[in-house]
Amino acid sequence: MTKTAARRPAEVIAVRQVPAPPPVGGRGRRRLLDQVHAYGFLLGGVLCFALFSWYPAIRAVVIAFQKYTPGSPPEWVGTANFTRVWHDPEFAAAWRNTLTFTLLALLIGFAIPFVLALVLNELRHAKAFFRVVVYLPVMIPPVVSALLWKWFYDPGAGLANEALRFLHLPTSDWSNGADTALISLVIVATWANMGGTVLIYLAALQSIPGELYEAAELDGANLLQRIRHVTIPQTRFVIFMLMLLQIIATMQVFTEPFVITGGGPENATVTVLYLIYKYAFLYNDFGGACALSVMLLVLLGVFSALYLRLTRSEGDA
Amino acid sequence: MSTRTLVSPATLARPRGRAAYWTVFTTVVLLFALAFLFPVYWMVTGAMKSPDEVAQTPPTLVPKQWHLTGYTDAWDLMQLPQHLWNTVVQAAGAWVFQLVLCTAAAYALSKLKPAFGKVILGGILATLMVPAQALVVPKYLTVADLPLIHTSLLNDPLAIWLPAVANAFNLYLLKRFFDQLPRDVLEAAEIDGAGRLRILWSIVLPMSRPVLGVVSIFALVAVWQDFLWPLMVFSDTDKQPISVALVQLSQNIQLTVLIAAMVIASIPMAALFLVFQRHIIAGISAGSTKR
Repeated sequence: MTKTAARRPAEVIAVRQVPAPPPVGGRGRRRLLDQVHAYGFLLGGVLCFALFSWYPAIRAVVIAFQKYTPGSPPEWVGTANFTRVWHDPEFAAAWRNTLTFTLLALLIGFAIPFVLALVLNELRHAKAFFRVVVYLPVMIPPVVSALLWKWFYDPGAGLANEALRFLHLPTSDWSNGADTALISLVIVATWANMGGTVLIYLAALQSIPGELYEAAELDGANLLQRIRHVTIPQTRFVIFMLMLLQIIATMQVFTEPFVITGGGPENATVTVLYLIYKYAFLYNDFGGACALSVMLLVLLGVFSALYLRLTRSEGDA
Repeated sequence: MSTRTLVSPATLARPRGRAAYWTVFTTVVLLFALAFLFPVYWMVTGAMKSPDEVAQTPPTLVPKQWHLTGYTDAWDLMQLPQHLWNTVVQAAGAWVFQLVLCTAAAYALSKLKPAFGKVILGGILATLMVPAQALVVPKYLTVADLPLIHTSLLNDPLAIWLPAVANAFNLYLLKRFFDQLPRDVLEAAEIDGAGRLRILWSIVLPMSRPVLGVVSIFALVAVWQDFLWPLMVFSDTDKQPISVALVQLSQNIQLTVLIAAMVIASIPMAALFLVFQRHIIAGISAGSTKR
């Protein structure tokens, strides 16, 4: 801080009050040296951000308007990439699947952890056990949980149909049926990821002051009324934050469809990110891939901006 | 100790309340065991069944005979040592690069007041709004042909290590923590003639152990769990991390062997979690209560 004081002998400092920071634009050479030091520390990190975050973001937009093949000079093609991608029959399927997936994940993957956290918060025994067990699937590599569920969904000896037979229910095609494939993937994603949501929501529940429940009970509110008028309003911010985070995450779903269904059957599980991957690595069409990326970016950017605005304004308040 | 929650302690103390509590408790325990532990059990024991037994309907709950050949075959046939080692190298390198470069940058932004620091921080925070996965293709093109020096990092662990540094979340976490360090301690050190590196090393870092732990765990887990990025970057089979190798090999390998490989691939992170579960769970929970 006090750069001028730093060089003075210690005893001078001891008797004098430490002076206020020198006004901006203080001594030229000293300031320059400080800046050289500061940028020495910054350089590596900022270079990585420039190379792997800022530059690719700009490049996505640029290449979206180019015909780009690695090795040869790019050509400007206007909006041709966008129109070509738009008319791809997989385009509509990918967006429909991604939005359906996000919506289902919000209904299933959000309601279950929410109820679970509510119940767990009431239990007074084996607290550590519940927290560890619910978070265990999150620590299993996503590829492993995808392969595991692919095995469960196997039409032959798969556990999922075995369970249905055990309960005397009709069996299902699960991930192999065009109608059931998407929801099967939502179940996998929910199983694998709900641990984080449960833990965060649990922490939020614990911060609700107990007096509020007492007061509500004195006013004659029953259990459901207490949930509606105390629990939900008190955790409104966390609920909204988790919801946005989940939307952002599920709209980028890739591993589950890639590993379990390969986008099939009949394009029922092709997602936007999967389509981006296909354009780049199967069709070698980087212009089309970037045009798709830009579309996804714009949509997700809206949610991200909302999330950041929310967390930052609440954090500063 | 016990704080008041939805259900009042008085209700729980009544016989009916107590009965309801234990019913719910038992149900949840069973549900958790069935939903989260049983799949893991099924995976671990499935790998020990014979190839015939694993394909049989109805399946057996416990293997008739316990075979270890699934695990040994996976270890040998799928070159698991190689892929595990690749993953360890990638994760460890990403961790070191992130700790060194992110910490230095966060320290500079927090304490050294670089010119345009606010602009740089804004640029870093803006990347939080750009979902990482949506940018993989242009990022891939950048890594395949670095600007100015025109080198390719494909099939090189640097392709994991360097992009890992561009982690705005971790950098911001560090910066926020450094911001809260008491200013007078750092000033005292400066007056004593300590250089900036010295202050960072002997004062800032020892005071920042908790946040460094959180960042370390995030960094390791992120690399170990990642799939799409290593899938793009490592076309060379010998360089692939375990997650990519599993998927590539899953097509033409015996089911029991594949399951065994899945178990082996899960062990490192599961072990890390069980050892550090208190810290990890506390870290995740802290995210929400801070508001």
